[in-house]
Amino acid sequence: MPATTTEKKQLRIATRNCGFIDPESIDDYIALRGYEALAKALTMTPAEVVELIKASGLRGRGGGGFPTGVKWGIALANAADQKYIVCNADEGDPGAFMDRAVLEGDPHSVVEAMAIGGYAIGATQGTVYIRAEYPLAIKRLKKAIDDARAYGLLGKNVFGSGFDFDIELKYGAGAFVCGEETALIRSMEGKRGEPVTKPPFPAQSGYWEKPTIVNNVETFANVPAIVLKGADWFSGIGTATTKGTKVFALAGKIVNVGLIEVPMGITLREVIFEIGGGCPDGKKFKAVQTGGPSGGALSYKDLDVAIDYESLIARKSMMGSGGMVVMDEDDCMVSVAKFFLDFTMDETCGKCTPCRIGSKRLYEMLDKITKGKGTHADLDRLKSLSVIIKDTALCGLGQTMPNPILSTMDTFADEYEAHIRDKKCPAHVCTALLTYTIDPAKCTGCTLCTKVCPVECISGTKKQPHTIDATRCIKCGACYDKCKFDSIIKQ
Amino acid sequence: MSTIRTLEELKAKRQEILDRKAARNGKTIINVSLATCSIAAGGKAALEAMQDEVAQNGLTGVEFMQSGCMTYCYAEPTVEITLPGKAPVVFGGVDEAKARELVTEYVMKGEPVEGIIPVNYERVVL
Ligand SMILES: Cc1cc2nc3c(=O)[nH]c(=O)nc-3n(C[C@H](O)[C@H](O)[C@H](O)COP(=O)(O)O)c2cc1C
Ligand code: SF4
Ligand code: SF4
Ligand code: SF4
Ligand code: FES
Repeated sequence: MPATTTEKKQLRIATRNCGFIDPESIDDYIALRGYEALAKALTMTPAEVVELIKASGLRGRGGGGFPTGVKWGIALANAADQKYIVCNADEGDPGAFMDRAVLEGDPHSVVEAMAIGGYAIGATQGTVYIRAEYPLAIKRLKKAIDDARAYGLLGKNVFGSGFDFDIELKYGAGAFVCGEETALIRSMEGKRGEPVTKPPFPAQSGYWEKPTIVNNVETFANVPAIVLKGADWFSGIGTATTKGTKVFALAGKIVNVGLIEVPMGITLREVIFEIGGGCPDGKKFKAVQTGGPSGGALSYKDLDVAIDYESLIARKSMMGSGGMVVMDEDDCMVSVAKFFLDFTMDETCGKCTPCRIGSKRLYEMLDKITKGKGTHADLDRLKSLSVIIKDTALCGLGQTMPNPILSTMDTFADEYEAHIRDKKCPAHVCTALLTYTIDPAKCTGCTLCTKVCPVECISGTKKQPHTIDATRCIKCGACYDKCKFDSIIKQ
Repeated sequence: MSTIRTLEELKAKRQEILDRKAARNGKTIINVSLATCSIAAGGKAALEAMQDEVAQNGLTGVEFMQSGCMTYCYAEPTVEITLPGKAPVVFGGVDEAKARELVTEYVMKGEPVEGIIPVNYERVVL
């Protein structure tokens, strides 16, 4: 078992019940004061609930970090015959699974919070927009809603307060862009999941043009705790601008792969080394991508940054929804940027030109660089096109798509330089730039490598040093893995 | 199910649930993480192996429950065992053999078994 610090670096608020209660038992939830927050909120006025959430400092955990109470206040102030509250459970960042864990581990906390939010803004209808690829989360959420209904905690006249509220599910088909709130709303209406320009914001005109609040799963999961423990308690945790905790999904080159929930303001060093256990096999930590395809790479230079929304943006990354993909010395940062661009290139909805065509052009330039065909002019073009796309794309997907490029170009300029000037990939990842040679001083002539080389390009006499014909080598690495004498040099 | 109409009724319901849970005192609670991740890692097999081992040994003071993600992807499947009067302990990497060992060694004899995941968090209890 990997060593983990026993110091209590984590603080679990949003995931307070995950792993501790039976998510399919409403009684387990009630035993931990479940639905008391709703009962309490219903004794307050909607404006008081909004003020409480404002005072807590809670900000959206879906990525943007917009103050939740402020958003609720806008919807409350917009009079309408119907309003809606929506839970965004479309989690689609590569490497992110925080929301799934909350929904599978503690669905009632989200159900209860949606009812509280509904009351605060004046909505009687809630919708959870959840990706169809989460069947277990869907099953548990459905059961939670049914059980809450059976107890009268959803439905007509909740807690005898005269407040009616119910929740339905709608399913996403797995398009990343449908996590963007305006696309999500259009998808809910049965239209193509394409974003529309803001303003008007959904809080002004959303689902069927009614005031609509879209909040993330984790945002909601914090709400019952805030209502019961108070705004001061919550705002006492975190940094000046960012209160409470954040759930992160640690993935990639990290020993303790998993979910963590930490107070805002924790340093990257604590997250990666003390909680995450560092990189496996004693490899050197290189960077961590936060914010998924919309974010950027924080490097070993940023280890002492106290994590909050602002500090990450200042380093050309962003909080995002909580994916943290850790990279070690064996990762090539140009390839990492290319990986994320490949993702966004697939996921662009195609509505606007900068994103649809720009993503392809950015990808092509990165691809060229990883093949050793890039020039300094490409670097300049990469940067200027990135900036143009950021300024002109319609929605968050396009606007943030260049971030992985800009941040890696900034922090790992030397790696781009090596690919372009020296035609070398320092991490030995980019196949086109690799060469395999045999060190004659070390080679014993055991002939093992000749037997695994798929193109038979290794030759030599038994017990004499062998050689590789570089013109025929396809760089598969088979010989490198096989040689027992470390004679094969990968460069 | 009767509906809950007031905070008082909710609190009464809660008391009733807590009393029911208190009646389990003296029992060993085995909590198996069964989220998508843990099921994929073999959580259900661990649960079945433990249920089988408990039955084979004729243990009556053991209750099973399922929960969601215990957050330790690197150590799935994970199982939390609470012996009567003891603090809950989470074990990782519970394959079938480990599952059976947990029953015969830890549950039946209180003997330590490898794979304990230390508690490195503080948890907000409402
Ligand atoms: C391309 C794209 C994908 C998004 N995906 C998600 C998502 O999966 N889940 C989510 O909560 N927010 C996602 N968002 C952010 C939402 O648009 C919205 O800001 C958020 O749901 C608001 O909730 P919050 O204030 O609680 O964070 C995405 C945004 C963009 C631009
Ligand atoms: S920026 Fe991209 S995803 Fe967003 S609307 Fe334009 S084409 Fe669609
Ligand atoms: S396997 Fe290694 S030692 Fe043997 S012939 Fe090939 S390079 Fe030489
Ligand atoms: S890298 Fe592959 S193709 Fe090249 S010499 Fe080694 S085994 Fe042959
Ligand atoms: S997501 Fe639950 S343990 Fe990994």
